[in-house]
Amino acid sequence: MKQRFKIVVCLLLIATLVLPLSAMAQDGGDEEETPRMGFWEECADPANLSGEIPIGVVFGLTGSIAQYGEPQANGVRLAEQEINESGYLGEEATVTFVYEDGGSDRETSIAAFEKLINEGVVAIIGPTLSSQAFGADPLAADAGIPVMGVSNTAAGITTMTGDPELDQFIFRDSLPESGVIPGTVATAVEILGIEDVAILYGNDDDFTASGYEVFVDALEEAGVEILLEETFSRGDVDFSVQLTKIIEQDPDALVVSALIAEAVQIVTQARQAGYDGPIIGGNGFNSPALFTDAGEDANGVIVGAAWNVGNPNELSEAFVEKYTEAYGNPPDQFATQSYVGAWLMATAVRCADSADPADIRDALASIQDFPSPLGLFSFDEDRNPVHDPVVQIVDDGAFAVFDESYANYFD
Amino acid sequence: MDFLIDFFNLNDVQWVPQIVNIIWNGSLYSLFALGYALIFSVLGVLNLAHSAIFMWGAYVGLWAVCGNTVFDGQCPAVDVPVWWAIPAAMIGGGIIAILVDRIAFYPLRQRNAPRLSQLISSIGIAIMMVAIAELVFGKERLSMPLDAIPRRNFDIPDGLSIENPLDIGRIGLGMYVAEFNILLTPVRLQIIVVSLILMIFLGFIVTQTRLGQGMRTVAFSERVSSLLGVHVDNIYMIAFFISGALAGAAGMLYTLNSNVFLPSTGSELTLKGLTVIVLGGLGSIRGAVLGGYLVAAIEVYMVAATDYGGLADAVVFFLFFLVLMFRPQGILGQPLPDRA
Repeated sequence: MKQRFKIVVCLLLIATLVLPLSAMAQDGGDEEETPRMGFWEECADPANLSGEIPIGVVFGLTGSIAQYGEPQANGVRLAEQEINESGYLGEEATVTFVYEDGGSDRETSIAAFEKLINEGVVAIIGPTLSSQAFGADPLAADAGIPVMGVSNTAAGITTMTGDPELDQFIFRDSLPESGVIPGTVATAVEILGIEDVAILYGNDDDFTASGYEVFVDALEEAGVEILLEETFSRGDVDFSVQLTKIIEQDPDALVVSALIAEAVQIVTQARQAGYDGPIIGGNGFNSPALFTDAGEDANGVIVGAAWNVGNPNELSEAFVEKYTEAYGNPPDQFATQSYVGAWLMATAVRCADSADPADIRDALASIQDFPSPLGLFSFDEDRNPVHDPVVQIVDDGAFAVFDESYANYFD
Repeated sequence: MDFLIDFFNLNDVQWVPQIVNIIWNGSLYSLFALGYALIFSVLGVLNLAHSAIFMWGAYVGLWAVCGNTVFDGQCPAVDVPVWWAIPAAMIGGGIIAILVDRIAFYPLRQRNAPRLSQLISSIGIAIMMVAIAELVFGKERLSMPLDAIPRRNFDIPDGLSIENPLDIGRIGLGMYVAEFNILLTPVRLQIIVVSLILMIFLGFIVTQTRLGQGMRTVAFSERVSSLLGVHVDNIYMIAFFISGALAGAAGMLYTLNSNVFLPSTGSELTLKGLTVIVLGGLGSIRGAVLGGYLVAAIEVYMVAATDYGGLADAVVFFLFFLVLMFRPQGILGQPLPDRA
């Protein structure tokens, strides 16, 4: 009897010691509830991976293009840290992103690709510009290395070589202009009642020229008359001659397909000239430089985007918080897409359970419904991204979601 | 007349604002080309580092109004009136031009090197100057704060109306700007005014002063001028200073208009400036001015009156080619021995 009593007392003592611990463990479990990137359940922990797995990263880190390239590199760095700290690729393996400056021209990107391919990377993320991708991506495809653009939005990126055997290695996670612009135009026309527009676009750059074509199709689709079309060249800093011509026609909206450096000048000069109507822009406008360099002139710019910092999505909110903490400023769309791109590459490595480029390609192509800051992300059969875009308007120096409440904004 | 208007497709062109565009763009080109022309006229050599002096002048002006933060690649605040940047850029450009002469031209001149060597030497120092600017100011674009430069179009002051004849005098410039849909910001007005003053000033120096006489003598023959007691070396130094000051003023006005400071700024003007002085007449001051407005007029015409704005450069260079073929001394140029 005494013996049994002692055992009960012991058990009680143990229980009093252990219970709080388990309760604490419960608390810890709650903290773990913060949303987590990755296919932890969908793909088993990898067993065959070991060592550092090198993935090349080519972004424009110098010159005017660094406005895109810097946030892109920051996005990948944050993902790299998370992937390796969480043991996403198993106990034995880590991913190492190898950064190369892709400059702002084709030749620098091509040189960066050649260098990385020679160094034996298993995949490449980049380059920043579509025009660079058309030059550099075929090198990776030729070498049988999967390449993923995280900011290339021109038409035909993933089918650029015309040879399905090569094209199968070219991916992108950046919604092409054709996935964003029609929705942007339709929304703007519906809410603001736009009937005619003037178009101003750069005709010597793949990205701005293809953006222009998508705009024309979308405007025709929406039944909007195009009063006139004007062009400029990359590097132009003065648009007064074109704007004089445009403002004379008094269009309901100004449609602009430009990279950010020219976009800022166009917006400020249009406002200087007294144009205060809506300016509908392509993906090139999606940069914080629009606010820092154009200031309040940017108000009334309408841009479709793959992502907005105000996205009501748990993974997006968590990403914004971590990025802001790490770099002191909130991420832009380019940082987000490169962050997701790095996670997609790591996911392909994990799901393939192999560091062979061909296996990684197959695993990448089969990614479906990947939860990410961009929303549920899938690749279609042409390796283009599938997820929901957002239409934004610049209001009081920041992007806001563009909806019916802005119907009288320009009155 | 109607035939001409139809032929050049001028019916839909807005005359007044586009002519204003020609005037301020042309003023800028002329100002840039003047310094080019001056050196060619005195030395008989093309100074292809002129655009690099232009770019450095702009950075010196930025430094003058913004302070030492420009060396960290930023300009958070402008404490002094932004127009101070123009004299600062002129002094900076002038001093830098003298340095360019001492480094790239003087040693070759001493050795009687052929003019081609001096031309190539100037290309070399231009590349060096861009690289140094990238080191000092960074490769990224620099901008002044948004509110530092008066950027708004001139407008009709509150309470006044163009309908009221009594107000017209007081509305002044604003009336025309608003009435004719002109894009004229204070910076662009400054471009026109400063350029005109500097052009007149240069014309005065060259034609009316002993210094100008000295320059023209040196241009005629270095040897003869030494025999006449002209201090040739001083003339070179002053010519480079003036040319650099003009480049600095042009660079500052150009960057004030766009508020974009990049080490590559001005590279697009090297060839354009060459076209300007060849069209007008190599080494001719009046020719450089005429050429500047002519190139601006062609560019504006191509965009304003045709659907081929992208071909403006091609048309300009085609004209360049024609002039070289049929009138190598340029529109206002004289046969070589009489230049300047």
